[in-house]
Amino acid sequence: MTLKTAPARSRAETVQQIVTPGGVKAWLVESYAVPLVALEFAVRGGAAQDPPGKAGLASMLAGLLDEGAGPYDARAFHRIIDDLAVHIGFSADRDSLSGHLQTLVRNADKAFELLKLAVNDARLDQDAIERVRSQLVAGLKRDANDPDAMAAKAFREAAFPNHPYGRSARGELDTLGGLTRDDLDAMRGRIFVRSDLKIAVVGAIDAATLSARVDEVFGGWPQQGQLQPVPPTEIHNLGAREIADLDVPQTTMRFGRAGVARKDPDHFPALVVNHILGGGVFTARLFREVREKRGLAYSVYTHLNEYDECPMLIGGTSTKNERAGESLQVIEQQFKNLSHEGPTEDELEKAKKFLTGSYALRFDTSTKIASQLVNLQLDELEPRYLDERNARIEAVTMADAKRVAKRLLGEGELLVAMAGRPVGV
Amino acid sequence: MSNKTPATASVTLTSGAASSGARGSSDIAHLRLDNGMEIVVIPDNRTPVVTHMIWYKNGAADDPQGKSGIAHFLEHLMFKGTKNHPQGEFSNLVSDLGGQENAFTSYDFTAYFQRIGKEHLRTLMEFEADRMTNLVLTDDVVAPERDVVLEERRMRTDNDPAAQLDEAVQAALFSHHPYGTPIIGWHHEIEDLHREDALNYYQRFYTPENAVLIVAGDADADTVERLAKETYGRIPARAAPPRRRRPKEPPPRAHRLVTLADERVEQPSCERVFLTPSYKTAEPGEAETLEVLAHILGGGPASVLYETLVGDEKLAVAAGAYYMGSALDDTRFWVYATPAPGVELEDLDAAIERVIERFAATKLDADSLQRAKTRLVADAVYAQDSQVSLARWYGESIATGLDVADVAAWPDRIEAVTAAQVQEAARKWLDKRRAVTGFLMPKEPATELRAAAGE
Repeated sequence: MTLKTAPARSRAETVQQIVTPGGVKAWLVESYAVPLVALEFAVRGGAAQDPPGKAGLASMLAGLLDEGAGPYDARAFHRIIDDLAVHIGFSADRDSLSGHLQTLVRNADKAFELLKLAVNDARLDQDAIERVRSQLVAGLKRDANDPDAMAAKAFREAAFPNHPYGRSARGELDTLGGLTRDDLDAMRGRIFVRSDLKIAVVGAIDAATLSARVDEVFGGWPQQGQLQPVPPTEIHNLGAREIADLDVPQTTMRFGRAGVARKDPDHFPALVVNHILGGGVFTARLFREVREKRGLAYSVYTHLNEYDECPMLIGGTSTKNERAGESLQVIEQQFKNLSHEGPTEDELEKAKKFLTGSYALRFDTSTKIASQLVNLQLDELEPRYLDERNARIEAVTMADAKRVAKRLLGEGELLVAMAGRPVGV
Repeated sequence: MSNKTPATASVTLTSGAASSGARGSSDIAHLRLDNGMEIVVIPDNRTPVVTHMIWYKNGAADDPQGKSGIAHFLEHLMFKGTKNHPQGEFSNLVSDLGGQENAFTSYDFTAYFQRIGKEHLRTLMEFEADRMTNLVLTDDVVAPERDVVLEERRMRTDNDPAAQLDEAVQAALFSHHPYGTPIIGWHHEIEDLHREDALNYYQRFYTPENAVLIVAGDADADTVERLAKETYGRIPARAAPPRRRRPKEPPPRAHRLVTLADERVEQPSCERVFLTPSYKTAEPGEAETLEVLAHILGGGPASVLYETLVGDEKLAVAAGAYYMGSALDDTRFWVYATPAPGVELEDLDAAIERVIERFAATKLDADSLQRAKTRLVADAVYAQDSQVSLARWYGESIATGLDVADVAAWPDRIEAVTAAQVQEAARKWLDKRRAVTGFLMPKEPATELRAAAGE
């Protein structure tokens, strides 16, 4: 069978790079197909910026931005959001705090006004602080004996001792209690700065209008902040087996080892190798060996995960306690086999076809396009990456794949964290 | 800060599938092949990508007695190969073409979908049409896949007390109708599902008359029709579509309380689930009224339950409501809350009841009603941004007994809902006697007993 490929359309050419009169940068994809505007933004400075003893601060700040701002208390603010049918929200992850806004064109001016209030004048009222604190606490308690959360915590703590990445991004019961309005205000002052602000907008708005709106929303931010440097690190305790005891019939596992950074020349071969090992849903070696052949698990996967200061190859599965040892053996063997022998020609070709062919699927909604464009900016890439990325994957040779498989998978030494009552590990 | 979302109502083949619940309309085409297969085309040419979905109008509620989980098990087995294409060939092809695929089973439907570059649409149709009639199953592939499903059940339910409570609440709400049985099935019945069960079920339901093809994305109706005729159209008509005859749930008269106490629970929660009509079973306008009611009562931080219980009374840290309107038979309306520290579930439940009673007895203000309508109708516009959302909305609606015109006219029917109707719906349907209350509670380890026994 011959496989046709779609004629190449330049995606980079659809991106307008705007610098506003106030000096703020934003990327815009102008599109009038649906009467909507989507904006995504991110600043560096997520949970890794939480000061010692104050884990959860960035998450709490994100949760408070839409809990009252400017002249509006939380109740009034939420009612206006509903009146305008706007989607607005903020979240903090490890290395960044991000926000999104989606609005009907007819309400766009008012929606940008709400965003301006949220990112400049969030009130941080005491009753809102207590409410968000209690919601974060309830979330932690809900997950206290959740196998996924327990395995993730055991992994994090063993992988990153004495490093910000070892702390919970959502905080701990004992740190959330101590966070104050002053802490929140100081955090906002440190991270809401223009030097590290990335903005992408997709939808029915032109460059001139957007420039004016972006200046209104972000123009008042200071140029430079005071981010604490996060020291580069790596996954510690390779080879260790961390077990969080939980009386459940199934063991949930998370495993990992060093990955390859986005800026590393081996990044593209690593994407291909990961796809072959555990990235492809139905076609990956782990899926075949663990799920299809042996029925050991419903889900088994790996992915390349990049914290700014620690690229990783992370994976996971859940399998009944009695067969946990067997599952882990199969997984480790698959790491070794691919590392020692490399992929087959067929696997290499198929992985490249999938990775290049499926790239378009990431661009089929406004919000997905906007968040892709913010991620590119966080990775300090230019729009031309959108057109070049597939060629870089096509260029991965068998020699590249073999070399990077060895580097990425080694002898399959993994840090493994488990929640459950695993047998035979 | 967002609220907790309610339980999802479908089980996917692999983890990580998209969620549904969107609303929308655009230039939709609706056709039918000679063999009875229904087709809906939803054009969106912004990206050269299509979403191809096949919906079968059968789900877990159609599982034969004693064979719970067979709809979902068959969904897994549909990836095991056909007479023409051995196991893996379809998935490998989708992957080679840069596509993504998955499948999901709910109470009223089972669906298979792929997202792929538009030039590959015909190839997908050929393979999916083949899979409608030529499935081959051997015990060698059935046995390990049964283990996979048991692991899936352990992951979803055995590892999670909240999921166990949810099973018990649904079983109590539906004392007679099969919505009371979990989609994935009961553990002991999954263990006893065999190749013949799957094939019998497949023969009965996987027919063109029972299938709906949805194509959303960069494809026009004429092309889709031509390709569908060349592929699905070759499947001979089987007979009339299978009738879904399910026992009707009798009118509920007694409130039921279901509690689950587990040492693993550190954060208690409560819910009240009411038996209500669905879009299919309701009188005209009634389901839309329940939709508006759910939004005003519990659709986010500007809702009555949230403002009262979280904001004013500080009895809860989260509270909300949700109406599962897409269902072939009578369905569920959830009200849920997470207590603030030190608040007993009984007191929170009583407070929820007070809020509902006061709401039903007080004239609804025009602003609240308009706010809810604005949000719901806007969601139909937002849905136009996502071909997957639109495809799921149409598929789910048709598979639960509605037609394309119903979906297209939905925003107008929402606009027509009146304040008096919303109040009347609260009085009529949010009656405690129609409800099951579920409490998820911590249980202290029985240390004293163990000490007394000398352990």
